[in-house]
Amino acid sequence: MEDFHIASIVISTIRNAPVLMFAAMAGLFAERSGVVDIGLEGKILASAFASASVAYATQNPWLGILAGVGVSVVLAMIQAFVSITQKGNQLVCGIAINIAMSGLTFVLAQFFFHEGGRTPDLREARLFDIVLPGTAALDNIPFVGWLYGHVIGGQSALVYLAFLLIPIVHWVIYHSRFGLRLRACGENPHAADAAGVSVERTRYLAMLVAGVLCSFSGAYLAIVQSGFFLRDMSAGAGYLALTTLVFGNWRPLHTVLGCLMFGLFGAIQIQLEGVDLPVVGQVSGSLIQMIPYVVTVIVLAGFMAKSVAPKAAGKPFVKSR
Amino acid sequence: MKKTELPRWATGFVLPILNLLSALIVAGVVIHLLGESPLDSLRILIDSAILDPEGLGYTLFYASTFIFAGLAVSIAMQAGLFNIGAEGQMYVGGLGLTLAVLAFDASLPGWLLIPMAMVGAALFGALWSFIPGYLQAKRGSHVVVTTIMFNFIAASLMNYAILKLIPEGQQNPASRVFADSAALPLLNKVLPVFGDTPLNISLLLAIAALVIYGIAVWRSSWGYKLRATGLNPHAAHYAGVKISRTIIVTMLVSGALAGLGAVNSVMGSTHYLSLNFPAGAGFVGIAIALMGRQHPVGIFLSSVLFGALIQGGFDLSLEKPNIPQETFVFIQGLIILFCGAMENFYAPAIMKLLNLTRTSTTKEA
Amino acid sequence: MQPAVEFRNISKAFGAVQANADVSFSIAGGSIHGVIGENGAGKSTLMSILYGYYNADSGQVLIDGQPQDIRTSHEAIALGIGMVHQHFMLVENMTVLDNVMLGNEGGFKLASQRGEVEARLREICARYRLEVDPLATVHDLSVGAQQRVEILKQIYRSANILILDEPTAVLTAQETASLFEILRLFKEQGKTIILITHKLQEIMDITDEVTVMRAGRVVGAVQTRETSKEQLANMMVGRPLQSELPRAPYNPGAEVLKVANLQLQDANGVKLLSDIDFTLRAGEVVAIAGVSGNGQSELLEILSGMRLPTSGSVDFLGQALPYGGRANADGLPATFRDLGIGHVPEDRLRDGVIKDFSVMQNTVFGYQDHVKNRWGLFDFKRIAQRCAQLMQTFDVRPNNPDLRIGLLSGGNQQKVVIAREVAAKPKLMLIGQPTRGVDIGTIESIHTQLLRLRDEGVAILLSSVELEEVRALADRIIVMSGGRITGILPVDEFDTTRIGLLMGGLHKS
Repeated sequence: MEDFHIASIVISTIRNAPVLMFAAMAGLFAERSGVVDIGLEGKILASAFASASVAYATQNPWLGILAGVGVSVVLAMIQAFVSITQKGNQLVCGIAINIAMSGLTFVLAQFFFHEGGRTPDLREARLFDIVLPGTAALDNIPFVGWLYGHVIGGQSALVYLAFLLIPIVHWVIYHSRFGLRLRACGENPHAADAAGVSVERTRYLAMLVAGVLCSFSGAYLAIVQSGFFLRDMSAGAGYLALTTLVFGNWRPLHTVLGCLMFGLFGAIQIQLEGVDLPVVGQVSGSLIQMIPYVVTVIVLAGFMAKSVAPKAAGKPFVKSR
Repeated sequence: MKKTELPRWATGFVLPILNLLSALIVAGVVIHLLGESPLDSLRILIDSAILDPEGLGYTLFYASTFIFAGLAVSIAMQAGLFNIGAEGQMYVGGLGLTLAVLAFDASLPGWLLIPMAMVGAALFGALWSFIPGYLQAKRGSHVVVTTIMFNFIAASLMNYAILKLIPEGQQNPASRVFADSAALPLLNKVLPVFGDTPLNISLLLAIAALVIYGIAVWRSSWGYKLRATGLNPHAAHYAGVKISRTIIVTMLVSGALAGLGAVNSVMGSTHYLSLNFPAGAGFVGIAIALMGRQHPVGIFLSSVLFGALIQGGFDLSLEKPNIPQETFVFIQGLIILFCGAMENFYAPAIMKLLNLTRTSTTKEA
Repeated sequence: MQPAVEFRNISKAFGAVQANADVSFSIAGGSIHGVIGENGAGKSTLMSILYGYYNADSGQVLIDGQPQDIRTSHEAIALGIGMVHQHFMLVENMTVLDNVMLGNEGGFKLASQRGEVEARLREICARYRLEVDPLATVHDLSVGAQQRVEILKQIYRSANILILDEPTAVLTAQETASLFEILRLFKEQGKTIILITHKLQEIMDITDEVTVMRAGRVVGAVQTRETSKEQLANMMVGRPLQSELPRAPYNPGAEVLKVANLQLQDANGVKLLSDIDFTLRAGEVVAIAGVSGNGQSELLEILSGMRLPTSGSVDFLGQALPYGGRANADGLPATFRDLGIGHVPEDRLRDGVIKDFSVMQNTVFGYQDHVKNRWGLFDFKRIAQRCAQLMQTFDVRPNNPDLRIGLLSGGNQQKVVIAREVAAKPKLMLIGQPTRGVDIGTIESIHTQLLRLRDEGVAILLSSVELEEVRALADRIIVMSGGRITGILPVDEFDTTRIGLLMGGLHKS
């Protein structure tokens, strides 16, 4: 294989992963606190639309990102209210949000922009690759130059944010007071309650964090990757993110590995199109498209990893004696 | 004495109606914000979907598909399974019936061909729900995420399959047109009042399915075991229920019902297999199962309601471009939210109201 | 001197149930105070109010003479009240250290406090001889050790008033003795201990004062040294305990059950049952005595088909029970039922009934395939008849077959379950904790029913944590401890001390 292909696969992987990483980390906080967040998909869509629209209207991608955060947090709080205070079915709530947002984003896009349910091209109002100082100087050195200039450097701000969040999330979950309480609420909320921790408050906070983190996924799709919002553009990313949690056994570092794996599959998928493979020849684009979803099913079937979910995930907390 | 439990009429009627109204009020607010009058929109909707006989025909036509989707989700729900995959199961069911028709529509008469195609639809639908069911039963993989994945896989698979079925020289991404023998008998032959609508015998089939569902779930030991599994799997195991088998069989039945939902549009209306023909019907099924509380009458009424929303929504989107059909996807989500996740939102308020009236009547007595 | 805790006119209702009615009494500081009563007497509710878990409908709680409105457990902890619950409030996949720090972390960064907390924990363990390693993960610890972790948590939080809710339910006799030593050390330090229990012997052994509760009210408050077990029992129950129930002379028939070399290991390789051998004959009651968690539950689950043994055999009426060739027990209970084995499960609400089904629907639970008409659908007329009959024979109240069974009292629910199993005319009846969560009046009627069954020739195997119940019902007693049978003896050799030792793990043939 030519080096060219591997190089572009590596870069593609890094650029594909953040969509899943943000969503997976959001799901991590939610599920570790005991709330199953099936509504990631809806939040991604909503924040993608909001950030694309506001970025276009203000010609400022940062304001767009902020708008995305706001919208996603509102949805997360609705979910939190239904799941935590109302003790409603978390799965149903998540699906409701996903379907509602699928419809609403199209309707609003059509209402504001009249372009068939999508937002106009952002052109300059996007986040562009940050070129690290010294890239040009190192460019001639084989491998190191490429690594510095195009792998570590040359990514957009949100990519850096995604990777920077990894150690932060890990630290918060395992070495902070909030993380300790979070994990207790997800494993044995009665114990947390008896220890004087407010389970409701902790879970609300977890959902708030999830809302914020998830919004970056949508913003990334719209502002960084494509430059506009398109209906249902999340294409299952919210659900794939949940799968990476299963794959990573709800641990931050392992989950991110799962996100990178999916990113890798996405990258390979693009390379495979139109390529003559031995034996099977050219594989139809539709069949290649299936790959991430099939891999998800294989992971969920437990063939790749044995995983143990937080014990109290999905169960509303009811004080009982 | 203060009652702590809501009476059946409150949970069976009042709560669902309040929930539905909440969803519609939120929708109304959004429509208003989009610059249109909610009441005006409602009027157009009712006129188009119920009052106009041809519109009513279309409403019932859509309802026929929705009943099957609603049944599919409902029966899985009774066993405690949340089948989000009805969309994909319906889509693949369409492939099943198409293969049967394409193979035999030249040689077999309608009365043999149509049942065969239906079997094909049910079979392929069941096939598509089998793996998620199996994985849930044997490996504990959550059926919600696996069925969602299978929806996406179905989209890709059917893309591939339909492309292969396009006849020479045709631009339209669809199979060839079925022979006339594969056309479902239309109801407007018997009831001309419905005008030129594709309303066909699927409606009768759907109603028959509702009846069978009602009898099976509430009057047979199979249904009893199903409900026990959904309510308390530990106890169901104690009672001798084979949990694994129950899960798998339920998902198979659910997929089959979803597959049958394909019959109405593919064999009753378009007469060919086209891309994305379910158009979200599988997800409507979820809303119907929740709104109708998995009860045959509830499923029927909810299906008709959604049929009306689609038919009325179509005319509405023509008259008011700010309210495209996707608005009804949004309303669907709201209904799922209020009728499903927030179903007990109004319960404490009703409880208080009932207790107040009770104490005041005892005071008088 | 002000009492450490005083309750004044505390009342609390849950829906239609009055859990506490006008409860008033005080607890002296620096003493061990027992609160005794049967299930449902209101003791746990009262303590939950003290700990801020519930809020009383009316009345006052005073701490050191000051009225306090304790709305959350956080506030209770701040007042120096600590509670060791019956079901441990521990996060199993965290260390002891993390569990102690939970809610009390002392800052946003855990690392800043960890060292200090660990040192303090070790100090407390040494002082009170608790023998717990702060860095151990909770799920690796034994039940007794986990309880000590709970106690450790409370001491760490400077609890001065320590509430223990049925602490010895899961301990052996030896562990109980160690616990009592620890409690005496606390008392010497001036701490106040409230011991909730239903065990008369414990009250006599360790408390200074006793408050007796019955049906939500206080019915007696005495100094321990001035009272006796008999007097306490009378106050607790309200009438002298029935000593002997009528039964036919012991005349067991043919062998019904033969358990040979039964072993059970869980997924982690922990041995839950080892070398279980015993037989059971028609017309006899064999009671398994033992503290909860020593294998009795698992044994009954295996014998009823709900679980597979790892190895060994069970012969029922001469035929081996069909455990072999299966990956799991899915569907097996139905086979066992068809063979003639009835089962009243230990955890009624989890296993025995469907809470949301009606009483009538629950009377066919487990037998749903046997009540069909010729079209394969339910024969509702027959089901209704049967249900009416059962409800009458067993005096199930209220007499409404369409009521959701979750609304019935525990005793009536149990009656429905027993009625259902008895109606199938089993040859072997397995019963786990026949009178758990059942009120006094119903206990006697259930015991009478069981003895009647025995006299009719059914073989009965029951497990019970109540030695009084074991003595009242058994012809023979099997004592289990640590997953093994430590002794089998006829009921006329019943001796509390001996059985206590056997329950504690000492073998005596």
